[in-house]
Amino acid sequence: MNYNVNEKGYYGEFGGAYIPEMLYPNVEELRQQYLEIMASPEFQEEFQDLLREYVGRPTPLYFAKRLSEKYNTKIYLKREDLCHTGAHKVNNTIGQILMAQRLGKKRIIAETGAGQHGVATATVCALMGLECIVYMGAIDIERQAPNVARMKMLGATVVPATSGSKTLKDATNEAIRDWINNPTDTHYIIGSVVGPHPYPDMVARFQSVISEEITIQLEEKEGRTNPDFVVACVGGGSNAAGAYYHFLNKPEVGIIAVEAAGKGIHTGESAATSALGKTGIIHGSKTLLMQTDDGQITEPYSISAGLDYPGVGPMHAHLFTSGRGEFISVTDEKAMTAGLELSKLEGIIPAIETSHALAIFETRKFKKDDVVVVNLSGRGDKDLNTYIAYFNL
Amino acid sequence: MQRIQDKLQNNKKLLSIYFTAGYPSLEDTVPILESLQENGVDMVEIGLPFSDPLADGPTIQASGTQALKNGMTTTLLFEQLKDIRKTVSIPLIIMGYFNPVLQYGVENFCKKCQEIGIDGLILPDLPLAEYKEHYKPIFEKYGLSNTFLITPQTSEERIKQLDNASDGFIYMVSSASVTGSQSGFGNAQMDYFTRIKNMNLNNPQIVGFGISNTETFKAATTHAKGAIIGSAFIKILTEKGLNGISDFVKSIR
Repeated sequence: MNYNVNEKGYYGEFGGAYIPEMLYPNVEELRQQYLEIMASPEFQEEFQDLLREYVGRPTPLYFAKRLSEKYNTKIYLKREDLCHTGAHKVNNTIGQILMAQRLGKKRIIAETGAGQHGVATATVCALMGLECIVYMGAIDIERQAPNVARMKMLGATVVPATSGSKTLKDATNEAIRDWINNPTDTHYIIGSVVGPHPYPDMVARFQSVISEEITIQLEEKEGRTNPDFVVACVGGGSNAAGAYYHFLNKPEVGIIAVEAAGKGIHTGESAATSALGKTGIIHGSKTLLMQTDDGQITEPYSISAGLDYPGVGPMHAHLFTSGRGEFISVTDEKAMTAGLELSKLEGIIPAIETSHALAIFETRKFKKDDVVVVNLSGRGDKDLNTYIAYFNL
Repeated sequence: MQRIQDKLQNNKKLLSIYFTAGYPSLEDTVPILESLQENGVDMVEIGLPFSDPLADGPTIQASGTQALKNGMTTTLLFEQLKDIRKTVSIPLIIMGYFNPVLQYGVENFCKKCQEIGIDGLILPDLPLAEYKEHYKPIFEKYGLSNTFLITPQTSEERIKQLDNASDGFIYMVSSASVTGSQSGFGNAQMDYFTRIKNMNLNNPQIVGFGISNTETFKAATTHAKGAIIGSAFIKILTEKGLNGISDFVKSIR
């Protein structure tokens, strides 16, 4: 089986472009051009140069000695937390801003939940001198004040989404409406592997630098290009898509996705889409999503603002239903404990999203000589208030 | 479907109204439909509320949010409409987003529509290719027309494709916008209306988005067969309730 997107924009039965006609010309323009633009040497040169000089790539593949000793397996951490702006999100925004320039767009819009993608978008807009409008749920604006301030310092306009539940999914709706209202001069930088085709594939390709580097770095350190397992947290799933990308069609590499169980899968306060979701349409894509029997999309919960999305990208829906990926969910409590543990054992304070991936070691056993790569998708600075409140620090 | 065809044969310009089922109150669906017919409206789009209506502006979204709070569901809407053909004879179209239809089951949904006497569906986020590949036979089996949208940005080639896949009318979105965000039509829109008219499509065009009063209704129907009013009608329901329907409809024509 092939786990990449097919020529119709689907991963198995998931994906496609379920969009109103008002969005069709923009999405179609992108669909027709994205592969050609990405493949051009001139694009690649600028993209690679910015990843190296501006983002600080390649990021290290760090052997976590003390963590490995504790769990009696070989654990490597892919240090996306060391990227400029503090997470993997910038890999995609760099790629998409270069795409937008080549499509002749003058105005950039984005949605953001926790603010990480908003900051990464505002950053590249500042870098390129393009207008930037970020839609953010009114409730998230209150919860994530430092990131709102960062976006403003970077020159972006932050627009509160006041409809619906006033969080990420509503911010996404507002960004899509903006795009409908501004059909010619605007590019929408989606922050995850979600949305209508070609977004899931385009974002996965921009993030695939993560797994590309893993293969090279593992060769140097272990004399092999493939790990036994690659582990990542999944909200929408962009860091996971990037970490899995070069291993998707290598069955000898185990793919592990960690979702946010929130307060527990069956508490009504969870974001574990693979366990709770059904096939449906969200933000232009057919995928697994959390919804009522009547097809109304429900509001997820996680302590991590980056994981409380009610769907997963179509690539992940396919990895789950086909059995290619092993999907596990961990609660707030297990994730927070794992975040504190990494801080104390390795001197690295992870983002709470990433802490979910790290909780895999308390949940699942690995063999002593297994090589397990965890994508350390972001750093924890943005989450200090949550850590402080949770642990009474 | 025949009811739509008959209306489209009619010489006059058609006034169509969109409203959200279950708004302002849960049980208002049938009284609103009866009142619209009584006041001379030619056709109605019954909005099936959705949690994430990404082509709609604030007015329609707020009405949908309230309708869902009131307890509206697909099953309940069908229940409310089961005897509607005893009192209402104008064409009735259900307009909504694809996900609630998908969860109900596309075939079950279409079957139920036929039983009730619904004439057609408008599902803006059901793409042309998916419709043709998977759903067209089901719509046809249950006698439902399917209406596609076109916008000022839609290419001529695609307009022809959408026209060929339509039976009934083309929903001509007046401008690049979500619902309820326009206040009048400028030259660019009038040029677009003329351009589409001159394409001599198979299906007549009905203009939607930005029709709010008699001026915009007349402008939109200069070149098109009819026009749809949504947000402006919902505002009337919000302000005046069902008592406002009669004066509003009379003010348009």
